[in-house]
Amino acid sequence: MSDATASMSGLYAGRRRRNAIVLTLSFTATAIGLGILVLILGTLIVESFRGLSMKVFTEMTPPPGADGGLLNPIVGSLIMTVLGVFIGTPIGILAGTYMAEYGRYNKVTHVIRFINDILLSAPSIIIGLFVYELVVAPMGHFSGFAGSLALAVLVIPVVVRTTEDMLMLVPRELREASSALGMPKASMIGNICYRAARAGMITGILLAIARISGETAPLLFTALNNQFFSLNLNAPMASLPAVIFQFALSPYADWQRLAWVGAMIITFAVLGLSILARTFSGSRK
Amino acid sequence: MSIASMDTPVTHMPHMAVGHAAQSAAGKKEKISIRGLNFFYGENRALKDINVPLYERMVTAFIGPSGCGKSTLLRILNRIYDLYPNQHAQGEVLLDGKNILSPGLDINLLRARVGMVFQKPTPFPMTIYENIAFGIRLYETLSKSEMDGRVESSLRRAALWEEVKDKLNTSGLGLSGGQQQRLCIARSVAVKPEVILLDEPCSALDPISTAKIEELIDELKSDYTIAIVTHNMQQAARVSNFTAFMYLGELIEFDATDKIFTTPSDRRTQDYITGRFG
Repeated sequence: MSDATASMSGLYAGRRRRNAIVLTLSFTATAIGLGILVLILGTLIVESFRGLSMKVFTEMTPPPGADGGLLNPIVGSLIMTVLGVFIGTPIGILAGTYMAEYGRYNKVTHVIRFINDILLSAPSIIIGLFVYELVVAPMGHFSGFAGSLALAVLVIPVVVRTTEDMLMLVPRELREASSALGMPKASMIGNICYRAARAGMITGILLAIARISGETAPLLFTALNNQFFSLNLNAPMASLPAVIFQFALSPYADWQRLAWVGAMIITFAVLGLSILARTFSGSRK
Repeated sequence: MSIASMDTPVTHMPHMAVGHAAQSAAGKKEKISIRGLNFFYGENRALKDINVPLYERMVTAFIGPSGCGKSTLLRILNRIYDLYPNQHAQGEVLLDGKNILSPGLDINLLRARVGMVFQKPTPFPMTIYENIAFGIRLYETLSKSEMDGRVESSLRRAALWEEVKDKLNTSGLGLSGGQQQRLCIARSVAVKPEVILLDEPCSALDPISTAKIEELIDELKSDYTIAIVTHNMQQAARVSNFTAFMYLGELIEFDATDKIFTTPSDRRTQDYITGRFG
């Protein structure tokens, strides 16, 4: 009896030791991760605060040494992001719908899913080069449209994935119940499955927007940049990431300051989107 | 093999003794006739040469141990198995004399005539009102007031109206399990089917909700032909006119419910209803 108690307390002490070690390790890892995040955000806020003013939102990017803002890249980024999402989302949703609803048991769906996963993790610069070959080279010049297209290509795999995943989560019983009422398949998908999966699908789209709004590489090969205000999709278009890239690498202090401000705008836009995405997925019943 | 074990409460349901005494097949119209039916999950034969009628405006219960094929049989009657590849049926299922297994049949129209309620309540992710109205709109165009009337009468039919009349515009997902299941029954009834299939409709419900649904079944059989799969033999005895006992994919015995529960002719039926296996 005392023997058993002794070996048990030995076991228990060992378990406590292991617990303490693992707890310390996890705590340290968390602290490092959070610490880095705080450092990044802190630097960003401190550095950008000096350059922040209304001019950022009302004036064009300046030549070195002059006063100016970020109006043209902000507008350019908005246009290309919105257009990219408008092109990419329907394709992504339809493809995801095919995979989950129509081709669920087909071999081709497995192939599509595999390729989509590759696309999902493909370096975005490759997407930029692809659109360069496909659009920019034949047209002979960079354009905002090519930039939107590159962003759309980035949106598609994210939306395909979330749409398929969310539709797969719709319970079998719900599909059977809709069919049992004599509901045609298209109606079942549009009215029941989409509704049941809505929160998750919207979250996927928001995450896709967050992903593309910070992309630089695909835009450098497609939309390039533009130091003037331009709404012309057939001409080079400024974007926040490209301007940050250009200004941050420049030797001019005022350009660098604007680059910080641009970085902060993107960061907080993405943060806002993530919070929105969280609220959506959280409100799922 | 003791005699005592045969003396279960099942054989002494007072309700049954009065209710469906001397039920017989004579002179009843077969709403659905199942003839020589086989069913396959891939290569696996789940139903073996089933022959059984469902009489019009009668409740037919399917009982048997888990995996005996009773749910499979039910799922053939509105061809819901068609949603899945690798499942197919052979033989004849005649609905008013027409084989529903024939390839040319419009499956959505069939399902509008043969409604189904599942084990798990399956309210649609929309308001209570829309849950009912949605199915109706598939096949009928009603004015707002007609629709309101139909929604109300369907909910009344399912004994749910009093509980939900003040919150028709709230989500159907907010109801309790028993209410959700009655909502599903109301939804099935709303499209005016001819046959209603109930696949263990009470297995996820508490006793009070179960009692309500059993009352409801008793109500509904004046208008509909009902088939119910149940694990609960007392329930089968309480609600059905006819009972089919299935075992290992075969139909062992089909007869009037009181006959099955008092003097079954097959040894296996007797063993099952007395709780010796299953």
